[in-house]
Amino acid sequence: MAEFKEISPDAPLAAKAMNWVDNRFPASKLYKEHMSEYYAPKNFNFWYIFGSLAMLVLVIQIVTGIFLTMNYKPDAALAFGSVEYIMRDVPWGWLIRYMHSTGASAFFVVVYLHMFRGLLYGSYRKPRELVWIFGCAIFLCLMAEAFMGYLLPWGQMSYWGAQVIVNLFAAIPFIGPDLALLIRGDYVVGDATLNRFFAFHVIAVPLVLLGLVAAHIIALHEVGSNNPDGVEIKGPNAPKDAQGHPLDGIPFHPYYTVHDIFGVSVFLMIFSAIIFFAPEFGGYFLEYNNFIPADPLKTPAHIAPVWYFTPYYSMLRAITSEMIYALIVCVVGAAGFSVWKFRMPVLLKAAVVGAAVVGSALLLSIDAKFWGVVVMGGAVVILFFLPWLDLSPVKSIRYRPDWHKYLYGIFVINFLVLGYLGVQPPSPIGERVSQVGTLFYFGFFILMPWWSRVGTPKTPPDRPVFHGH
Amino acid sequence: MKKIIFALITAFGLAAGAQASEGGIAWDKAPDRTNDLGSLQNGAKLFVNYCLNCHSASFMRFNRLKDIGLTEKEIKDNLLFTTEKVGDTMKAAIDPKQAKEWFGGNPPDLTVIARSRSGHGGTGADYLYTYLRTYYRDETKATGWNNLVFPSVAMPHVLWELQGTRTPVYEEKEEHGHKVAVFKGWQQLTPGTMTPLQYDQAIGDLVGYLQWMGEPAQNTRIRVGVWVLIFLLGLTFVAWRLNAAFWKDVK
Repeated sequence: MAEFKEISPDAPLAAKAMNWVDNRFPASKLYKEHMSEYYAPKNFNFWYIFGSLAMLVLVIQIVTGIFLTMNYKPDAALAFGSVEYIMRDVPWGWLIRYMHSTGASAFFVVVYLHMFRGLLYGSYRKPRELVWIFGCAIFLCLMAEAFMGYLLPWGQMSYWGAQVIVNLFAAIPFIGPDLALLIRGDYVVGDATLNRFFAFHVIAVPLVLLGLVAAHIIALHEVGSNNPDGVEIKGPNAPKDAQGHPLDGIPFHPYYTVHDIFGVSVFLMIFSAIIFFAPEFGGYFLEYNNFIPADPLKTPAHIAPVWYFTPYYSMLRAITSEMIYALIVCVVGAAGFSVWKFRMPVLLKAAVVGAAVVGSALLLSIDAKFWGVVVMGGAVVILFFLPWLDLSPVKSIRYRPDWHKYLYGIFVINFLVLGYLGVQPPSPIGERVSQVGTLFYFGFFILMPWWSRVGTPKTPPDRPVFHGH
Repeated sequence: MKKIIFALITAFGLAAGAQASEGGIAWDKAPDRTNDLGSLQNGAKLFVNYCLNCHSASFMRFNRLKDIGLTEKEIKDNLLFTTEKVGDTMKAAIDPKQAKEWFGGNPPDLTVIARSRSGHGGTGADYLYTYLRTYYRDETKATGWNNLVFPSVAMPHVLWELQGTRTPVYEEKEEHGHKVAVFKGWQQLTPGTMTPLQYDQAIGDLVGYLQWMGEPAQNTRIRVGVWVLIFLLGLTFVAWRLNAAFWKDVK
C-alpha cells in the first residue's frame, strides 16, 4: 500500500477532497502518467491525429448505439420497420441513426489512416510490437463489429451480404457446413441469426473492443509514442531536462489536447457535412438496396459489401481455380529458391520440398473458394507479423531509400484499386487485375524481410527534427 | 507524390461516375420539389388516390402530412380512405393474397421506394419520374402494358386515364455492323384527360412526394446542417488559435 498522505487542515476543500481520493485511488497519479506528464514527441505531424479521432468515433458509436437500441427491434419481422421508426417517429432519431451509419464508415477511414501512419513511420518496430498487435486485434474486432452491425437494418444488402459471408465459412473442409450452421443458428440467415448478431454487436464485441483499446493505450504509454523521424525521445541517450523529462517531448496535456481539439473540430466539420448533406454518401455509406426489406426469395443482381471490406472481398474473388495455379507456382518457386539459395541441413531441405508438395496438393484438392477465404483472412492476419517482417535498419520512411517511398505509394494505389474492384460487379479484366493486386499485396509483406534491407538508408538525426511554430 | 495521388483519386472519381446506367433507357432528371408545399400536397393527393389502393407506405403516418402544410382536418376529410385514425400508417386496402394472385407478387411498400431505386443512372426520384412516364400499350403482356425502364413490369398503367395510351417509336440504326432499334419518341394513340405537359407536371409532383416521404426529415436535416457547420467553423477557428497560442513558445 502506498504511503497515506496527510494534508494540512487549512487546505482548501478541493485539495482535501483530492487528497482523500488519492489516498484511496490513484487519480492524480493516473492523470499525471497519462495526461499532464505523459511526454509525447514534439514533432508529430497531421498523421498523428487519427488515433484520437478513432477514439472519438468509438465514443460516438457507443453513445449513438445506446440510443439506437432503445428503439431498435432485433426481430426479423420488425427490424426494418423499427429502423424506419427511428428515422421518422423518434425525435432526432434520424440524426442518431445517420451518426451511427456515417460513424461506421468514418471509423474505418480513420483506422486505415492510423494504420498507414504506423506503416510509414515504423511505429510497430521494437519496442512497440504489442501496441501494433493490440491495434491489429482492434481492427479485426472492428471488422466483426461492422459486419454484424450491417445485418441489423435487415435490408436486402444486410441480408444477402451476411448470407454470402457466412456461406464462405461453409467452404472450410470437414467442419465448414456445421460451422456455418452454428454461426447462423439456422439453415439460412434468419431471425436466429439476427438475434445473435445483435447480441454480438451491442455487447460481446464492444466489450472486447474496449478492453483492447485500453490495452493498446496502456502499452503505448508504457513504451512512449514513436514520431515521424523514428528516433526515440526517451532512450538512455536521449537528452533530458533537469527534471529528467525528455527534451524532445512535451506533456500530452495541454499541448496535444489543444492540438487534438483542433483536429477534432476539423474532423467534425467533414463528419457533419456528410451526416447532414450526404448521409448515403452516394450509396457507399448506406447502400440503396438496403432500403428494400430483406427478402430471402429475391437475390439481388449484384451483392457488394460496404466499401471498407471491398479490398479484402476483391482478394477473395481473385482466388479462382485458375489463380490456384499461380499460387502453386509461388509455393513451388519459394521452396525451390530457398533450397537452392540457403544453407540448411539436407533433412530440412527435404522438409521444405515436402511441405511445398503437400501445399500444392492441398491447393489442388480443396475448393478454390476455401483458399479465397484463407487469402481474405490471411490479408488481415499478415498485418500482425509486420514487426518481424520489416528488417529495415531505419524505422521512418523519411530515411528509407527513395524507392521504398514509391513502393509504399504502389501499395496504397493497389489497395485502393482492390477496393474499387470489390465494389464493381465481376468482370474478366477486373478479375485479372485483382489477381495481380492480391499477389502484390502478399508479396509486399512476405518479401518484406528481403526488400526492406535493400538500398542504402539515409542516416537518421540523433534527435527528432522540430521547428517551432 | 501528393499530386500523383490526387490525380489518381480524381481519375477514380471520374471512372466511378462514367460507368453509368446498366441497360434500359437513360433516366430523365426529376424536378426537385421536396420544398414546394403545393406540389407535395398535390403529390400526396395523387399518391393516396392512385397508389395507396395497392401499395402501402407502412412506415409513413398520415399525420406526418402536417409537415407539408396540411391540417389534421384536411387530412381526415380528404385523404383517409383506408383507416380512421390520423396517426395510423398508410396501409393499402388490398388483400395480400389477392394481390399475389392478380399481379404475381405483392406490390412493394412505397415508403422508402425513392431511396431504394437510386443507382448509377441517377437518383431514385429520376428513376420513378422516368418509370411513371414510360408506360406503353403492349398487347403481348398479361396486363396489356409494358414499360421502358422496367420491361415486363407487373403493374398495369394505373394512371393511363390521365396520360392516355402511347406507343414508343423506334428508329433502326446501324451500329457496329448490327441493326439496333433506337428509341426516338412517343406516338399518342388515345388522348388522356391531361395534356402531356400537365401529365409530366403531375408526375413531377407525385415523385416529389415519394421523395419527400422517403425521408420526411430531409429538408430539416439540411437546415440544421447549415447551422451545425457554421458553429463548427467558429469552433475550429477558436481551436486553431488556442492551439497556436499554446504552441507559440514551444521550441
